[in-house]
Amino acid sequence: MEHLNATWPWYISGFLIGMIMLCLNYFGKVFGMSSNLRTLCTIAGADKYADFFKFDWKAQTWSLMVVLGAMIGGFVAVHFMHDASNVTLNPDTVAQLAAMHIEAPNGKIAPDALFGTQVFQSPKLIIILLIGGILIGFGSRYAGGCTSGHAISGLSNLQLPSLKAVIGFFVGGLIMAHFLMPLIF
Amino acid sequence: MKFLKYIVVGFIFGIVLTKSEAVSWYRIYEMFQFQSFHMYGIIGVAVVTGVIGIQIIKRLKIKDIDGSPITIAEKEPGSARYWIGGLFFGLGWALVGACPGPIFILLGAGILPVIFTLIGALLGTFIYGVLKDKLPH
Repeated sequence: MEHLNATWPWYISGFLIGMIMLCLNYFGKVFGMSSNLRTLCTIAGADKYADFFKFDWKAQTWSLMVVLGAMIGGFVAVHFMHDASNVTLNPDTVAQLAAMHIEAPNGKIAPDALFGTQVFQSPKLIIILLIGGILIGFGSRYAGGCTSGHAISGLSNLQLPSLKAVIGFFVGGLIMAHFLMPLIF
Repeated sequence: MKFLKYIVVGFIFGIVLTKSEAVSWYRIYEMFQFQSFHMYGIIGVAVVTGVIGIQIIKRLKIKDIDGSPITIAEKEPGSARYWIGGLFFGLGWALVGACPGPIFILLGAGILPVIFTLIGALLGTFIYGVLKDKLPH
């Protein structure tokens, strides 16, 4: 179990993610996570406001089941496969984070400074998380996919549009990480 | 139960993304600072595995589980939607350190403030749905 609890190497993790995508192809489906957001909007009644949400969401039940499984997987991995060595970052990263008042991981996957329970009392943090979510939801639907749909599924199928989207993801990410985040934190 | 296999695949996906720490805000920050190869390695190996697998599927004309040919829809041609949408997505991805898969995985793991990110992501999806016809694609 010790090996399973430590940080999984990138070459094993990457291979498994590729196999998960191929496995869904074998089931006759295409791997993509952000489409579930559209399905959830439709279930919540968004089809009354825009035609974009008028579709047979029940045909997407399989994808919601992948989400359900992923949530259970996240629960199991965090609660039963934890190790104090997890999320060992580059020391330079840790120093930069300290300057932004974000604590070192010490085995945690998410910083308390951004995801601790004090968030519920902090309007600033709530707004940051909400705005980040809006950008992710809007951007992934506008681009027609997210990291799974474009970076993994699309690039694996040698799709030029996916390459454009992935370059867009990284340009946006670099702008946020280098220019905007120092202003926010 | 016909959905069980999807739950199992999702379960493995959740474990892999958590144990590889691709769901970690820290890892996304480190990636965008170019201070670690880890995330680039994960995405790179996933794509190489996928490219080889899809080439095998296409060349050997492998059938899916129901016996139908495996066809993977091409992405719609276009540019504006991919560049602009991608840019918006990237801004959010770096800020909250999670893309749609990890949002669900982190919630499942019990990191409750991620609920705000999920609400935001649903709102963002809704905004796109309403504005769709007015946006360049």
